[in-house]
Amino acid sequence: MGQTVIEKIIAHNIGAAQVNPGDIVTVNVDRVMIHDIFMPFVADKFAEMGFQKLWDPDKVVLIYDHLVPASQLDDTRHFRVGDAFAATYGMTHVHRSDGICHQLMTEAGYVKPGDVVFGTDSHTTTYGCVGAFSSGIGYTEMASILGTGTMWIKVPETIKVVIDGVLPTGVMSKDIILRLIGDLGADGATYRALEFSGSAVAAMSVASRMTIANMAIEAGAKCALFTPDEKTAEYCEITLDDFPRSLYGDGDASYLNTVTYQAEDLVPVMACPSQVDKIRNVSDLAGTVIDQVFIGSCTNGRLEDLQAAAKVLAGKKVAPFVKLIVTPASRKIYQEAVACGAIKTLVEAGAMVTHPGCGLCCGRTGGILSDGERVVATNNRNFLGRMGTSKVEIYLASPATAAASAAAGKITGIY
Amino acid sequence: MGMTIAEKIIALAAGVPEVKPGDIHTVNLDRMMTNDGTTHLTVDMYYNKIKNPHIADTKKMVFIVDHNVPSDSPKTAASQKKMRDFAKAHKIDFWEGQGVCHQIMMEHYVCPGELIFGADSHTCTYGALGAFGTGVGCTDLLYGMVTGTSWVLVPETVKFSLTGQLPEGVYPRDLMLTIIGEIGANGCNYQVMEFCGDGAEAMSINDRMVLCNLAVEAGAKSAVFAADEKALEYIRARGREPKAMFASDGDAVYAREYTFDLAKIQPVAARPDFVDDVVPAKEVCGVRIDEAFLGSCNNGRIDELRVGAALLKGRKVAGHVRFLVVPASQAVYLQALEEGLITTFMESGAIVMNPNCSVCWGSCQGVIGENEVLISTGTRNFKGRAGHPSSKVYLGSAATVTASAIKGEICTADMLCCN
Amino acid sequence: MEQFTGKVWVLGDDIDTDIIIPTEYLALKTIDDMKQYGFSPLRPELAAQIQEGDIIVAGKNFGCGSSREQAPEIIKALGIQCVIARSFARIFFRNSINNGLLLIEQPDLYDVMKEGEAITVTVNQDIDYQGKQYPIASLPDNLVEIIQAGGLVKAMRKLNGLD
Repeated sequence: MGQTVIEKIIAHNIGAAQVNPGDIVTVNVDRVMIHDIFMPFVADKFAEMGFQKLWDPDKVVLIYDHLVPASQLDDTRHFRVGDAFAATYGMTHVHRSDGICHQLMTEAGYVKPGDVVFGTDSHTTTYGCVGAFSSGIGYTEMASILGTGTMWIKVPETIKVVIDGVLPTGVMSKDIILRLIGDLGADGATYRALEFSGSAVAAMSVASRMTIANMAIEAGAKCALFTPDEKTAEYCEITLDDFPRSLYGDGDASYLNTVTYQAEDLVPVMACPSQVDKIRNVSDLAGTVIDQVFIGSCTNGRLEDLQAAAKVLAGKKVAPFVKLIVTPASRKIYQEAVACGAIKTLVEAGAMVTHPGCGLCCGRTGGILSDGERVVATNNRNFLGRMGTSKVEIYLASPATAAASAAAGKITGIY
Repeated sequence: MGMTIAEKIIALAAGVPEVKPGDIHTVNLDRMMTNDGTTHLTVDMYYNKIKNPHIADTKKMVFIVDHNVPSDSPKTAASQKKMRDFAKAHKIDFWEGQGVCHQIMMEHYVCPGELIFGADSHTCTYGALGAFGTGVGCTDLLYGMVTGTSWVLVPETVKFSLTGQLPEGVYPRDLMLTIIGEIGANGCNYQVMEFCGDGAEAMSINDRMVLCNLAVEAGAKSAVFAADEKALEYIRARGREPKAMFASDGDAVYAREYTFDLAKIQPVAARPDFVDDVVPAKEVCGVRIDEAFLGSCNNGRIDELRVGAALLKGRKVAGHVRFLVVPASQAVYLQALEEGLITTFMESGAIVMNPNCSVCWGSCQGVIGENEVLISTGTRNFKGRAGHPSSKVYLGSAATVTASAIKGEICTADMLCCN
Repeated sequence: MEQFTGKVWVLGDDIDTDIIIPTEYLALKTIDDMKQYGFSPLRPELAAQIQEGDIIVAGKNFGCGSSREQAPEIIKALGIQCVIARSFARIFFRNSINNGLLLIEQPDLYDVMKEGEAITVTVNQDIDYQGKQYPIASLPDNLVEIIQAGGLVKAMRKLNGLD
């Protein structure tokens, strides 16, 4: 019988002819990602478990991003613990201020199509954008992988998501994934793989696919998958060989269900406070006064996102008494955005551009708000208290919607 | 009898022909600046403690959010919101995330001859344009806001004659730290530091800002240069005209006089935990650092960013060092962008942040941890200034700070180039 | 068959990990330092009120959001002996098993449960509330192994020949 993408990846990884949803198997891990915020806990558990060395130091990537730059007295302890761990166990892949973990893992070439990757962060699903099976885990589980190089998983069922057609102007991939999460619900894909295909998907850049894969966890999904194609090959700077080329869902594969969208029917949407699945059309929310806009995060901090925002804000100014904070997702993206003029346009409009990192998304600093304030943000979560007090309202949106709202001082679409 | 620049400015603001040190006068304030350090306190008092709240002249008020930007906590956000809402309601000029307050003031407001209060100790910066700027607390600011006036005890002036030229690789910051090291942290307590002489006249406005900005670290009430062609050029390029162009009279009286030969100045560093514990930088070379900071109202302008970028070209920040580079205003940032400096900083591994007080303020951005060491172009190195109480802060020029960031330990620029 | 009783705290649907422990506290050194802030955005007084042996009953998708393992650790440190919910988010589920926090899926109890009342849990069998039994399913074998080993750390220590 035919296989879905996740079934093919897992079967290939364990050397089986085929696997079925529900099977419990032990996979060989191709790469792991640990970030600064949980590093001390990983180190503690690793020591407690009694391991003397890493299963393969080359397969471990340590990235500082939540705490860059440090905002509390004890933050830099995480860097010292991380640096010491890396030195002790012979790790060379350490990124201290190069950007957000999920951006760097594919950008710096640590993840290739067909890989099995785990990270100490729920948005590790992002790397499905290049056809890898990637998922988030806790620090205890990460410590056990560091010692053994393996992890048990239950083969998930797959939900097929097909998006055909041409996206209307002003609709970005963020609007697609928000729509999907709204339709599925915050637990609609729990324990499942989301497999994306269709002509609109094929037409999308890898960066746009990244936005979709990044937010799969917000519907509870275990992972998201895109079939590797020429765009993937170009992004990863590789040639696709047989295995990655085979990573499409077979015609006779068994899917839990199929969800289909016609791209022409999609419109800009937002996730309303305080749930990611509370989706409404931007046009229904237009006119809502806002205090701040944040453009950045692993969801929407890439060059095409900054360019989309710059296009909207060219020649305009951020509305009086409104703050616009822009945080590129990596050092490389920041430089590219400088080179193409996007940074200049955004700063001239009044944006504060901060160093690549998680910034406001993780809610420790970077634009924290107070009672009664409202923010439009391009990140992936708007939970209660995420960016300040429990009386702060967070609306999630695409970079284009966010930029238009910054200029207007209220929620608005680009028309 | 002749008057010094400071006395002339105060006399003009008091509407009297003459003042002398020790006099107390009521002055009309030309402008008042307050930032997100204390404005929320001023606003609270305005609404709760004044019988007849009103603002004498809203056009003289400038509200600037620069210390905790972007906001780091709900508490910060609430105090900034209070400030924002007040500015909105009373139509007060409001700047948020556009740069450090003193940089904004110099770029957009200060005119020679003006008397300006700022709710921030480094308001003495404005002397670079021949104005009298002094730091006050939130209560004095409130009084000034409501009445448009304040009382001033006329300070004595101390003359600093600067002769000659700084050697290559030695900067105004080295000069000012040297001066503070010699006269001590209360060396000019309650006095005005007046800079003059051929060395002073040759200085750019930027360099004059570096000197005046740190005057409070010697206890001074203010610092000043004569308003000259350079000051006129600076303000006219920005569409402003002077209130008055003052120089000290030939027979003005000074409390004390110093002379500094600029050619003899060398790179220095202020050691933890005091701004006046100044030694030749070579004496502290080799101290391992965890973080370096290029920015602040003292050293965050294009001149200093150029120095940093020139050293960084083709080099990398040391692996274990966090090197924060923070332009002092959006205008400086844009110019740095234009000149390719931002690209150089990003390529070298530095951390570039939006214009704000950042590491100098030490409360929410680039905070250093237990036993860590910072070398900084900020204004202060008091115990715990940049983070953990056990941490240590050295002050140095942009060149020394950048060279140290590259080497991973305190190092002067000339030592770097020889390696 | 293991059996225990506890007083219940009722929480709603989609209780996410930002509610269970906000990000601003994640750089505190220990779980003990953090636990006082558990659930603070939603119910600031709850952490101080929870007693050893209490039980949480919640709606769907409990523990959704971040992979922060501090979430189940803090719930355990506060003294909660088990969380019963309509459904659990998957990363939270694994993290709880790895830390020995017992999670039970039960579709109907949440509809009738009143905060402050007591329930009795018979593991792998049912929950008794006001004389009515609500059935619960058994855990898969491999998870039972981890729990029986005392959590993942203990299982790994055994692998490395310790203890």
